[in-house]
Amino acid sequence: MDTQEKRFRLNVTRRHFLTKAGLGIGSAALGSMLFKDQLFGSTETSAIPLGVAQFAPKAKRIIYLFQNGAPSQLETFDYKPLLTKMHGEELPESIRKGQRLTGMTSNQESFPLVGSTFNFSQYGQSGAWVSELFPNMASIVDEMCIIKSMHTEAINHDPALTFFQTGAQQGNRPSMGAWMSYGLGSENSNLPSFTVLLSRGRGNGQGVYSKLWTNGFLDSVHQGVVFSSGEDPVLYLKNPEGHDKASRRDMLDQLAQFNAQSFENFGDPEINTRIQQYEMSYRMQSAVPELTDLSKESDNTIKLYGPECLVPGTYAANCLLARKLSESGVRFVQLYHQGWDTHGNLASDMRMQAEDVDRASAGLIKDLKQRGLLDETLVIWGGEFGRTNYCQGKIDAENYGRDHHPKCFSIWMAGGGIKPGTVYGETDEFGYNITKDPVSVNDFHATVLHLMGINHEQLTYKHLGRRYRLTDVAGQIVNGIIV
Amino acid sequence: MIKSRLFSIGIALVCLLVIAFYFLNTTNNTVKEVPDVVDFNFHVRPILSDRCFKCHGPDANKREANLRLDTEEGAFAALKEDPSKHVIIPGDPMQSVLFARIISNDTAEVMPPPSSNLALTKTEIEIIKKWISQGAVYKKHWSFIAPQKSKVPNVDNDLNPKNAIDNFVFTKMKEVGLAPNQPAEKEALLKRVSMDITGLPPSIELQNKFLNDASPNAYEKVVDELLSNKHYGEKMAIAWMDVARYADSHGYQDDGYRTMWPWRDWVIHAFNQNYPYSNFLTWQLAGDLLKAPTKEQLLATGFNRNHKITQEGGIIDEEYRIEYVTDRTNTFGKAFMAITLECSKCHDHKYDPVSQKDYYSMFAFFDKVPEKGLVGDIQLASPGDPPNMQITSEDVNSILKFINKKEEGDVTVMIMRDSFNIRPTRVLKRGVYDQPADTVEMSTPAAIMPFNSKYEKNRLGLAKWMLAPENPLTARVFVNRIWNEFFGRGLVKTVGDFGMQGELPSHPELLDWLAVDFRENNWNIKRLVKLIVTSTTYKQSASRTPKKIQTDPDNKYYSYFPRLRMSAELQRDLILSSSGILNKEVGGPSVKPYQPKGVWESTTSGRGELARYVQDNGDKLYRRGLYNFIKRTAPPPALLIMDASNRDQCEVTRLRTNTPLQALVLMNDPQVLEAARVLAQNTANEKISEDQKLEKLFRLILCRTPSEKELKMLRAYFDKEKIRFKNNKQNANAFLQAGEYPQIKTKEIGETAALMQVNQMLFNLDETTIK
Repeated sequence: MDTQEKRFRLNVTRRHFLTKAGLGIGSAALGSMLFKDQLFGSTETSAIPLGVAQFAPKAKRIIYLFQNGAPSQLETFDYKPLLTKMHGEELPESIRKGQRLTGMTSNQESFPLVGSTFNFSQYGQSGAWVSELFPNMASIVDEMCIIKSMHTEAINHDPALTFFQTGAQQGNRPSMGAWMSYGLGSENSNLPSFTVLLSRGRGNGQGVYSKLWTNGFLDSVHQGVVFSSGEDPVLYLKNPEGHDKASRRDMLDQLAQFNAQSFENFGDPEINTRIQQYEMSYRMQSAVPELTDLSKESDNTIKLYGPECLVPGTYAANCLLARKLSESGVRFVQLYHQGWDTHGNLASDMRMQAEDVDRASAGLIKDLKQRGLLDETLVIWGGEFGRTNYCQGKIDAENYGRDHHPKCFSIWMAGGGIKPGTVYGETDEFGYNITKDPVSVNDFHATVLHLMGINHEQLTYKHLGRRYRLTDVAGQIVNGIIV
Repeated sequence: MIKSRLFSIGIALVCLLVIAFYFLNTTNNTVKEVPDVVDFNFHVRPILSDRCFKCHGPDANKREANLRLDTEEGAFAALKEDPSKHVIIPGDPMQSVLFARIISNDTAEVMPPPSSNLALTKTEIEIIKKWISQGAVYKKHWSFIAPQKSKVPNVDNDLNPKNAIDNFVFTKMKEVGLAPNQPAEKEALLKRVSMDITGLPPSIELQNKFLNDASPNAYEKVVDELLSNKHYGEKMAIAWMDVARYADSHGYQDDGYRTMWPWRDWVIHAFNQNYPYSNFLTWQLAGDLLKAPTKEQLLATGFNRNHKITQEGGIIDEEYRIEYVTDRTNTFGKAFMAITLECSKCHDHKYDPVSQKDYYSMFAFFDKVPEKGLVGDIQLASPGDPPNMQITSEDVNSILKFINKKEEGDVTVMIMRDSFNIRPTRVLKRGVYDQPADTVEMSTPAAIMPFNSKYEKNRLGLAKWMLAPENPLTARVFVNRIWNEFFGRGLVKTVGDFGMQGELPSHPELLDWLAVDFRENNWNIKRLVKLIVTSTTYKQSASRTPKKIQTDPDNKYYSYFPRLRMSAELQRDLILSSSGILNKEVGGPSVKPYQPKGVWESTTSGRGELARYVQDNGDKLYRRGLYNFIKRTAPPPALLIMDASNRDQCEVTRLRTNTPLQALVLMNDPQVLEAARVLAQNTANEKISEDQKLEKLFRLILCRTPSEKELKMLRAYFDKEKIRFKNNKQNANAFLQAGEYPQIKTKEIGETAALMQVNQMLFNLDETTIK
């Protein structure tokens, strides 16, 4: 390669080319990533070219409504009248089959079955069963695919959440959103490709951890960026007091002048990347507050999500914000709503949690649909495991609790490539074991990647001698839920 | 969505271009890449390991067709189905089945199979062909052969070699047609070496002293001064904190408080006292097993207990206990041996000769701790499970003087203690805690170096095994890590992986020379550091020419000094130090400086004393970055954004990325603004001209005198800002409110605010963040 080409490689491609091609500077992040991974022939290459889907994707963006703490399948979508019939009777060993239990109930002398205190009805064309706690979600069952046969390997919150989000129970692996950002890049030059929104319900909370949205061993440009609907929607976004847009602009120009001088002296292309990153941060400073400002939403929109959506930090506000972020091209919007860990007080806690999420979750689907975005946006709703069909502690007339149950639980998906109005998988009449079409967490990941146009076996990153995948060494695409 | 479609087309275009370049690049190098004499370790094994060993390697359970290519016996064997044919016939590639399979056009025949997503390039096929032609000589993996000091090559005296490093580096450079850069400017060199040794920028006094010292050993004097500075230990400790996954909380969901900071004080002390690496390693690994161990030696063993510990109610004790032993074992492997042991936890290693049995034999060393999986009760903020140790005020006044204990009461730290006969160690099938199989004895992988009977079967024996002169890894791994700290790239680039999937050393003779020299000189760390920083290679300027970039895009031949962005902690330290507000206190409990609201609160389970972030005040706001409180589930965002480790597990290198969020931190973090403000107020009150003020600020922050052009640019910016703030006193006032540091009165707030703006701009310069 002659010098001219080299210059092109080091400098022009990073800056001039991207801007000339009309991509805006934000793609520099992606550009520089492509550079590092592909051009310099680093050993950490992926089997596929990054930044493009491998085949026609069914979805372009994901919104993941994570119900943190694990909502009970038996009070949401997996209707088990037998449990009501056998209320208080012992869980037969022929059903439990030696399944390990958590330390919460392993010392319990008896495992009395407990039926749902909430009524179930069938809805929509699909006739899917939904509990009375979720009237709004029930109204959109024909958009949803309910998977009743999810199962996981973990039995405690931390490893189960970590498994769902990173493909491994332990370790510091890149999260789903980071993999998507790595594999597909960003659609918007002014926003990060992976954002995280946090909210907390009134139920028993279990906390979330920044490792759930970590970039792991990937470049930190893929790290999830936490957005809040507060005063500073992204950390450190706001200019200091006494500092306006004009003075910030002057400072950036001054910085660019000095940095350009450094580039003359040292010829280090990282200097130009840095100039571009400062420019992107400047654009984020206007783009983000505009986006997170929910005050200009129409009454109709607010009605969809419920009045809570105007209260910053609520689940409803986050759902609305998720739609706006996604609409603006954020590849992966990850929500967490805490409070579903119903070891006791299930009846009252579930009711409060459902109040928080029912209307806004359904509202999000309706809103995406009316904007013509549902087809290209994959929405996922669910927790990290299920809950036991037997009672934790004593059953009383008013209340009961359920321990963690990894062997079956329900989630739903909608939009981008998902077969609408379907119920996938079955569990036994005790709601304890899967009887048809089990879906593992690895299968779930493989399917989500497939919907995004990525072969899960080929999206790899070589780290410390091993090629890592989101699906590790497993994962089968669940064709039954795909259009 | 027209915009997004356009975007995808654009991206596709970029990708095409990128891919085109990629191929251009590889074809250009094709001819060069097939060497005259093909070496198994340097040319062939990397190919076999990466593309073949997964199915034809050390993992006995996953071996396909009963064929293994990682040993001579396997590769030269006759085929079972047709004994007249052989996998490899030395000297005859065309009759070797291996070669026939890799060049086959038949998709059912070709190796690796298309379904593996692995493929061989033309060059790689050529290399294998040539290697077979030349006799298919197998060699033991390079890093499993004990290092030998080879003869230091002669180089041209004009190149001014200072020590053996230069002789080796310049010889390699010459081979590829490169020559070293001129030495860096004195000021640039002083900043580099100060940041590298103490992690703090040189004061203006030191800058002047060095500039005015024309004696031939001026530089060496500075180096000696820096090495004896108490901040050296802090700088060296930063990287070790990552390796040791140090944190101030237990990790996992409730993430309660722990007090391991006295252990960090010990690490700083150990570096400052220049303990030989042999002691540094032995005490941390096995201080408790020494004869009549001192409290200091016990404290050092906290290294093994820095892993995460769960407090989640309802967990299964044994599941987590196994996790902790696993973490200790893997950390040991990565930190001291640079071998990725974790791969063999669930199955035989796919690439390295570490069987699952070997793994659990290593695991056994760390499996004898009388501990439980679940620690205490989060509401009681348990300091940790036993074994632990109390550090009393009396200890601190006598035997543990280096501990900066503030509170009256005792501090509890976790330490190591073995309880023999507590439990037999068993192989765990698929690595699962409730699937125990055969019992194993403590041992190490024989392929690396046998663990023979002269070593006691405990961690002390393991330490002795590590320190034996014939151990092939210990010294190499450490000198490589130190080298990486200074040059931003290890002689073995994969600092944490010296196994078969790791990169080969760029300068094998130099690596071995340094390793043997280090061991022969009593594992003297300061001596090693001095050797590196006084080399001509280290002192080169950082400018690069197109020719150098073209010949060596990764600068693996070190023909110029790399421009390296400082770590998150050091960027903070430079800002606090140059503005004069750094609190230079060494050691003590971690501190909680400014942090955006809600970072802890939005993630917590609500339990324990770390549910809410209670910011510190006063002096504690100005401690060095390494004392920043690390809550594992919500690490300090400013550090994390700047690529710091989240301390979840052992990390031996950090990425260096370049993102818009980093720009936001440096522009808007109150910590940076406050430093700019205090420095501006102090400077405003000095009785010197405005030009002198600007020059001084520049020298404080960039550690060099500005050129005339730069001063002119700075002056113009300052004037503009001065007018802006004079016209808007309210803004000036508001801007100057940054931080809790007491306000310093100045005459003219417009000027002061403009100076603050200048500082803020200087803090954000690319050059400022480069060491």
